[in-house]
Amino acid sequence: MTPAASPVRVFVPRDSAACSVGADEVAERISAHAAAASGDVEIVRTGSRGMLWLEPLVEVETAAGRVGYGPVAPEDVDGLVAAGMFAGEGESLGLVEELPWMKRQQRLTFRRVGVVDPLSTADYVAHGGTRGLLAALAMAPADVVETVVDSGLRGRGGAGFPTGIKWRTVLGADADLKFVCCNADEGDSGTYADRMLIEGDPFTLIEGMTIAAYAVGASEGYVYLRSEYPDAVATLEDAIERARDEGWLGPDILGSGFGFDLHVRVGAGAYICGEETSMLESLEGKRGMVRAKPPIPALEGLFGRPTVVNNVLSLATVPTILAHGAAEYAAYGTGRSLGTSVFQLGGNVARGGIVETAFGITLGELVNDFGGGTSSGRPVRAVQVGGPLGAYLPVEQFDLSMDYEAFAAAGAMVGHGGIVVFDETVDMAAMARFAFEFCAAESCGKCTPCRVGAVRGVETIDRIVSGTDRAKNLVVLEDLCELMTDGSLCAMGGLTPMPVRSAVRHFGEDFNA
Amino acid sequence: MTSEVVAAAPVPAPGRAQRVREIAEELRGLRGALIPILHAVQEEFGYVDQPDIAVIADVLNLAVAEVHGVVTFYKDFRRTAAGRTTVAICQAEACRSVGAVELAEHAKRTIGCEFGETTYDGRVTLEEIYCFGNCALGPAVQVAGKLHGRVTSTRLNALLGEAR
Repeated sequence: MTPAASPVRVFVPRDSAACSVGADEVAERISAHAAAASGDVEIVRTGSRGMLWLEPLVEVETAAGRVGYGPVAPEDVDGLVAAGMFAGEGESLGLVEELPWMKRQQRLTFRRVGVVDPLSTADYVAHGGTRGLLAALAMAPADVVETVVDSGLRGRGGAGFPTGIKWRTVLGADADLKFVCCNADEGDSGTYADRMLIEGDPFTLIEGMTIAAYAVGASEGYVYLRSEYPDAVATLEDAIERARDEGWLGPDILGSGFGFDLHVRVGAGAYICGEETSMLESLEGKRGMVRAKPPIPALEGLFGRPTVVNNVLSLATVPTILAHGAAEYAAYGTGRSLGTSVFQLGGNVARGGIVETAFGITLGELVNDFGGGTSSGRPVRAVQVGGPLGAYLPVEQFDLSMDYEAFAAAGAMVGHGGIVVFDETVDMAAMARFAFEFCAAESCGKCTPCRVGAVRGVETIDRIVSGTDRAKNLVVLEDLCELMTDGSLCAMGGLTPMPVRSAVRHFGEDFNA
Repeated sequence: MTSEVVAAAPVPAPGRAQRVREIAEELRGLRGALIPILHAVQEEFGYVDQPDIAVIADVLNLAVAEVHGVVTFYKDFRRTAAGRTTVAICQAEACRSVGAVELAEHAKRTIGCEFGETTYDGRVTLEEIYCFGNCALGPAVQVAGKLHGRVTSTRLNALLGEAR
């Protein structure tokens, strides 16, 4: 292949997942060769493409497109360079965008992740950034809200509430001060799309929050970002500074006269703070105790003011909706689950990573076609969809369509789109026990069903597994699950029964003594 | 020959109260300032000491009990100094599916302490974490702030060796 214009650009991810398997060391080694090539090679650190089994994935720009090499170990670099990597030659994966894994996806929210330098404002604009914001600023706020309503966008954090309807409520609320809060407390195991978006394309989130603020009349925004994601915190804080310098944030955004500013608040290791009212308490500097609803946060949220609370992916999808129109977005998907969803394959999976595709793909297509089965090579036994509070599903349910309604009908939930794969060695009674243990440890303690129920749940499963009054205790377990589902104040206690009940229903043999 | 001295409880460094007050006063203007202040104090001193709580409460005009309640609610806020190196092992579902529980057992045996504890010589603190967002490359382990993926017991031994 022929190299692109000089200098040749070589892309190495800076995403924390890629760095966890050596991307920094690979970049360092390539730098040494680039220095020897005296200015003909430029290294660009990007987000990750989301093909995590190929990390560290190095890409080289050629006239035909970007050629990929991966996984690259630091000690592979010398050989690759000698074989002509800087010209796109030698043993490679071929053009990255032509890989079947990439080609089968419809990347809208994630269109720039892995492509651009996350902190380059020039790169952002060159790849379509700010178009959504400019379109929004040219419209009346109420029309922006209606565009989001028409797009069919629903909350990607898990609850699936229509984003535009929430915004409409905040817009209609009369107050001197309103807030936009982004819930980036991505505590669910098996979910990492929020982290990858913030590390790989933070300006998209900033743009989405600014559009939300304009639409509802908010002047201040907060991103509640978990402390377990230090790289994301650093990237977002840096990006906010740069956005201010560009006039994308501040008192007069892009000369429109509209003012909005944004701040990062770092969490402190409490899973419950991913629940929206608990997050608001934490943002106010208090213990993350869940609030009773009503009042809903859209009317009485942060410091009692009308507040938009949305997940990272919901807000990051808004710019593309405004830039390309509601109809184009709503053309993707199925039934009442419109648009694309960012699924995340994790756990014991051969090819883990980000799959952004229209709702309606089946669970089996994701796990088998994209994921390639387990990484251990053993048969898949169970997958947990939607985080620690999501259901465990057996292979027999692999024809389930990935959409909110189909999953709800199956006693499961799509949640934040995380899919964790387990092979045949998994002990499902142990996983059900763990669901209760986790709830007992992370419950805020405000309501009794969650605080006490989780502890009783652990004890009951122990009795079942040890063979103590097994039949009777299974009845107690079901009764407890029903009570927690109906009586808990929030989704933590309300959904902990979901993994437990699904484990009993589909994998009952594991609960025998 | 001097006898080996068992380390006494850490004496608050002179001026700590003054410095904590400075941090609190610098950040008090933020909305919901308490948690940013606690993070800043821990960043500087490694943990939040009991006397710090009264100082912060005074600056923010809160009851000492309110600040105490916040400090104890959040796992991040330590009440004593951590060891020289902190090793945090993810124990959430995705990492469990690829052997994180077995890896943790290995770590406890090798390091010689349980989760939430520090070795007697103050070298290593072992923590359990619920998700670093590295769920496709588990088991995930953070050593001295750096995240590592696909950590086997052999790899963990090597990382511990480097840290010591």
